[in-house]
Amino acid sequence: MTTRTLQFKIYRYDPDKDQKPYMQDISVEVDSTDRKLLDALVKLKAVDDAIAFRRSCREGVCGSDALNINGKNGLACLTDLSSFPEGKPIVLRPLPGLPVIRDLIVDMTQFFKQYHSIKPYLINNDPPPERERLQSPEDREELDGLYECILCACCSTSCPSFWWNPDKFVGPAGLLAAYRFIADTRDQATSERLDNLEDPYRLFRCHTIMNCVDVCPKGLNPTLAIGKIKAMMVKRAI
Amino acid sequence: MAYTVRKFDAVIVGAGGAGLRAAIQLSESGYKTAVITKVFPTRSHTVAAQGGVAASLGNSEEDHWHWHMYDTVKGSDWLGDQDAIEFMCRKANECVIELEHYGMPFDRTDAGKIYQRPFGGHMSNFGEKPVRRSCAAADRTGHAMLHAMYQRNVKANTQFFVEWMALDLVRDSEGEVLGVTAMDMETGEIVVFQAKATIFATGGSGRIYYSSTNAFINTGDGLGMAARAGIPLEDMEFWQFHPTGVAGAGVLITEGVRGEGGILRNAQGERFMERYAPNAKDLASRDVVSRAMVTEINEGRGCGPNKDFVLLDITHLDPATIMKRLPGIREIAIQFAGVDCIKEPIPVVPTCHYQMGGIPTNYSGQVVVPGKRSQNEIVPGFYAAGECACASVHGANRLGTNSLLDLLVFGKSAGETAVETLKQSPKAHKDLPQGEIDRALARVNRLNTQTGGTNVHETRLDMQRTMQKHAGVFRFADLLQQGVDKIKQVEEQVRQTEIKDKSMVFNTARIEALELDNLIEVAVSTMVSAEARKESRGAHVRSDCADSAEFPDGRNDKDWLKHSLWYKEGNRLDYKSVKLTPLTVETIALKKRAY
Repeated sequence: MTTRTLQFKIYRYDPDKDQKPYMQDISVEVDSTDRKLLDALVKLKAVDDAIAFRRSCREGVCGSDALNINGKNGLACLTDLSSFPEGKPIVLRPLPGLPVIRDLIVDMTQFFKQYHSIKPYLINNDPPPERERLQSPEDREELDGLYECILCACCSTSCPSFWWNPDKFVGPAGLLAAYRFIADTRDQATSERLDNLEDPYRLFRCHTIMNCVDVCPKGLNPTLAIGKIKAMMVKRAI
Repeated sequence: MAYTVRKFDAVIVGAGGAGLRAAIQLSESGYKTAVITKVFPTRSHTVAAQGGVAASLGNSEEDHWHWHMYDTVKGSDWLGDQDAIEFMCRKANECVIELEHYGMPFDRTDAGKIYQRPFGGHMSNFGEKPVRRSCAAADRTGHAMLHAMYQRNVKANTQFFVEWMALDLVRDSEGEVLGVTAMDMETGEIVVFQAKATIFATGGSGRIYYSSTNAFINTGDGLGMAARAGIPLEDMEFWQFHPTGVAGAGVLITEGVRGEGGILRNAQGERFMERYAPNAKDLASRDVVSRAMVTEINEGRGCGPNKDFVLLDITHLDPATIMKRLPGIREIAIQFAGVDCIKEPIPVVPTCHYQMGGIPTNYSGQVVVPGKRSQNEIVPGFYAAGECACASVHGANRLGTNSLLDLLVFGKSAGETAVETLKQSPKAHKDLPQGEIDRALARVNRLNTQTGGTNVHETRLDMQRTMQKHAGVFRFADLLQQGVDKIKQVEEQVRQTEIKDKSMVFNTARIEALELDNLIEVAVSTMVSAEARKESRGAHVRSDCADSAEFPDGRNDKDWLKHSLWYKEGNRLDYKSVKLTPLTVETIALKKRAY
């Protein structure tokens, strides 16, 4: 089996022993069965068991292994090793803008707080019927591109507006979720959901920079959803 | 080692489908509930389920829970308990409709109802012809379901302890379960979660095998904790190898692909399933399809340079159907197989997928063990649901889409039973037995101080390769016997694992070592139970128990129509009878299984 050596520069910080963060130079042998960045990280951990990162499904649906990879956010399990240029070290950092707990692991409290703030659940106060609530295939299609979010935080942590105001701006992931419920014909709380976003920060700090669209590993478009919410705000104001 | 005690009415370990469903029941009933989870809830492995959840809604054609029950009993090769199977199939509609009401974005029929697709082994009219029973949200049903249930828990204000790892059960001398010890992964702090009801929903442990569709986190933590606390593990020899894992990568390709019309082909381009299952063809039961594929490969009709996989072909389907019904599969095929399945077939091999066995429970979600009075005495305070539990509805082989149904029905049932029990339980918590808490602390202490020990990564690989070689799709008497010795040797290595990283902060090396403690219990129980069962049934097929006039397909109902129970203490096996009497209908009588 052919093997090759990959060079890494990895952000390291263990508050239990390190005074401050540093970039570690480390290399690892990979073979032809190692296709993704996560495969290489797992091999790296066999060399140095102290390298800390999150991972679970290794197929891009759980959202655990979001990292800043050569300056761009993405999932380690969906990043091809073949996509890296030869001869240059692969630079891995934790997602930007969130506090670092250790190495590549960030504290996602602020991110989830914003997600929870948009009331991410269906609100329908009618007594539930015996059977399913009906929804036409066309109405259901409105949810495509919205419900597939895996909460990896690649988008929100690449958004300058979220970097500046993580406590006030909901961020692309939270706003995509907000529109997922607004767009659902079964949900009855559209007006309340719009009220919840009506202030200078929560929604309107989105300046359509579109970093979120650029990095989403699921190919979703939070900017489009945000635009639709803004349009609804304008429409109800006039 | 320092620890603190926190008191709750109920503690749930695991926040996948079963844990979240149980949590909804408890939180909405107003009980103080803690949900402990190694990962943020929506990262649990339920998220990876693709094809659907079974319910006889009959939205596209006539269907009935009794037909579903028949299929499940037949699929289980008659090892499933028929009371639990009837319970599950009857509850299916209610549980799926509830999910829809929670907001789950199911696909829809033209009439606006939940979309249903055909799936392996699901037939109408007691095995006659395939029926549309799998309720689906594209090929992301697990994701849609897990998020909907997490969202419902947000609404219900459930208290989550995210990135905490449960260490061990706290069980007193009378056998009652009083909670769990757990570690905050971020700080290393240890807390005893004292509770009147402890519900395990820790999922599967497919990581005992080298090639698995399972996530890294599927390490059988609940099974390890139960085994160490003296609870037997039931039917651990039965592991499902899913027919269609991406060759090399192991990533799952849903059976829904075949439900939508996908065909398996060998190197000659032949639709070989027609020879093995003339009626159901590519939609035969998973164990049947996996064995057919391995037989094709073993007889030289595999594809590729090494003739070591077969092809899953959907190139004849309308691209619009693929984009609408199977968009996630197309992504996976491009990402992990390097093919666009609209134009090219996907290379696939049978891959370890699901554990049919687990912690023995009744259909109310209560953990049961043999005792002086009966084979199924309730362990007070202890419940289990989902893949970690064995109710037993899957018996020797699970039908596709019955796993999501299992976690819904039994997650809810365990939650309901816990609520009813809590209503009658005294206000005060029982005293905690110190020795039991020390047992958990001792494992952590050993890891903190071990020197000159074995490497976690290498030891885990040894275990995975041993399981893959000695307890695979087809099983052989000599390999199983050698496997028992080998896995016991690996177990010795696991007792001495050493981690270099001693940090208290988010020490993932320590977590992996603790997980290996759990995996090895599952691996040993699997190998020992498999070696002992001298018959072929469902997913457990031995070369020395082949088809004969006396034992069709090698199944021996005279001696082996019984559940295995493996005890960690003494590494011993016991057996208990299969419940052949359903709740209200007649027994589905034993017969030879054919598709």
